[in-house]
Amino acid sequence: MTEYSGRIWLIVDEQGKLIDDIDTDMIYHNKYLAITDRAQMGQYTFDNLEGYRDFASKAQKDDIVVVGANFGSGSSRQQAVDCFRTLGVTSIFALSYGAIYKRNAINSGFPILEIEEIDMEALATGSVATDGSAATGGVATDGSAATGDEVTVITEESVVKKGEKVVIKFKQMSKVQKDIHNAGNIFEYAKGL
Amino acid sequence: MGLTIIEKIMQAHSDEPAEPAMPGKIIWIGIDVRSARDFGGANVVKNFREHYPSQKVHDSSKTYFTFDCNVPANTIAYANNQHICRGFAKEQGVKLYDVDAGIGSHVMIEEGLLAPGETGVGTDSHLNILGAVGAFGQGMGDQDIAFVFKAGKTWFEVPHTVRIDVDGDLPDTCTPKDLTLKTVGTLGTKTCLGKAQEFFGPAIDKLNLAGRITLASMATEMGSIIALLKPSEDVLRYCSELRGAPVQPTEPDADAAYSGNATIDINGLKPQISLPGTPHGVTDVDTLADIHVDSVFIGSCTNGTYEDLKAVAGIVKGRRIKPGLFGSVVPATRKGYTRLLKEGHIETFIDAGFLVSNPGCGGCASGQIGMTGEGQVQISTSNRNFAGKQGAGDTYLASPETAAASAILGHIGTAEEVL
Ligand code: SF4
Repeated sequence: MTEYSGRIWLIVDEQGKLIDDIDTDMIYHNKYLAITDRAQMGQYTFDNLEGYRDFASKAQKDDIVVVGANFGSGSSRQQAVDCFRTLGVTSIFALSYGAIYKRNAINSGFPILEIEEIDMEALATGSVATDGSAATGGVATDGSAATGDEVTVITEESVVKKGEKVVIKFKQMSKVQKDIHNAGNIFEYAKGL
Repeated sequence: MGLTIIEKIMQAHSDEPAEPAMPGKIIWIGIDVRSARDFGGANVVKNFREHYPSQKVHDSSKTYFTFDCNVPANTIAYANNQHICRGFAKEQGVKLYDVDAGIGSHVMIEEGLLAPGETGVGTDSHLNILGAVGAFGQGMGDQDIAFVFKAGKTWFEVPHTVRIDVDGDLPDTCTPKDLTLKTVGTLGTKTCLGKAQEFFGPAIDKLNLAGRITLASMATEMGSIIALLKPSEDVLRYCSELRGAPVQPTEPDADAAYSGNATIDINGLKPQISLPGTPHGVTDVDTLADIHVDSVFIGSCTNGTYEDLKAVAGIVKGRRIKPGLFGSVVPATRKGYTRLLKEGHIETFIDAGFLVSNPGCGGCASGQIGMTGEGQVQISTSNRNFAGKQGAGDTYLASPETAAASAILGHIGTAEEVL
């Protein structure tokens, strides 16, 4: 997939700043750990993250999620990656990732990308309803920095565009990440080794 | 240019051992011990069966299951998952440490499954505890582990290493956990994110294995891949005895290249405590002296060793925990439990009013021996106090000594106030 579009979720605090250190218990709480069926996982995504407890019911297929630093720190649970897939989220952009989370996502072929530069202002203004209700995408607790805007990810150029404007520049995937992603997952990838 | 410990271990296990394992490079490394616990284990089995139907694991003698999260299972889902693992282990001829053995990472050290310089992976995000014996341990998700079960190797990006110098000697009033919390508080989650750590200094050299385990266990909370400690003479002797043959330490080269440096000053250190919410929100215990405590949990992979609990016995012997306070003690392993039992410490805990549970993760993971309700204040000796992790209440993290003293006092306090 070299180019794809979707609504963008900015996972922000009340000041409109991307939230750092979102751990695996906030993404996918330990009370659901015994679940092994991927189809069941999506509904619990972010249900322990203040301000985003209803994320799963609002998320739509092709959504794109943007978060702060050290995303997915904490436990080794694969569910914290898989729950996004169940919902049809296509990719995650973060300032950085927890090490285990990064591996889990890479090995399962789920595109997680690292932000190099982000234009929060351009992302935060636009089609935002003042009460947050009509912003179908990222709704902050006060609705302020949320946007349900449509953006386009252009993988070749390592950019995300809103209209013509570049709103995120991201780092190229490493070779192993790219290879595993192209193969589908690490199991498929290893067959070609 | 010289290599750090992690670079040496990775190079020695690499598919291309002649190539230097430089940071940032992606290499395939052989894994000496592959494991799964009850948490994640069933998913590993599911992935394995899906991708490698009716095939064998790469090497059954290097593959293990360790149950520790929910032991014995108190939900049907966990019971089912454990049973799936048992079935798979039997079919594959893989050794399984069942619900009575204790915390997997500790069992691996106690059983001598991992020695200095070796590599191990598992579904436990604190498997980097193996850094305590100078081995490379890493927690991974269930697809990753299913893959390693089959391949016996996996890819790693060689991490950068941060050199951490601990300046000063640990004061008598402080414990390895205080040193650890001080480090976590100073470094936060960003300084070492995705990097390995190496610790140096006289206080580090003097740490016994239990103290090394405590420090290494919280690498995860610093976002670090692993905290590696050069094994001491004692650690080498211990590992060699378990192996029945001398083991060799992996030491960093004198001219090893570190990507960063940090200094932790422990001169005049006072007992440390981390405030509810994040492990790195650390302060001196004596700044919180009047906070009422409802519940105390002593155990976990960070502070559930024989040595940790023996120190607790020394504080609570002949005393009673505050009426109305719930206190629990959970040894990390069956071996530790047995030793405490034989030496009379278990009786000391019970006489003091503690609930003593069978070995395992106990209060840490699924709230198996009790969770906190809204408004309840807990002191825990574990490594994480994220909201909701151990219940609805507020959890502070501290040393076993501080936790024990607070249980006696009924408010946050240090061992000095009790003894
Ligand atoms: S004690 Fe807690 S942190 Fe340690 S392995 Fe068990 S669940 Fe994980």
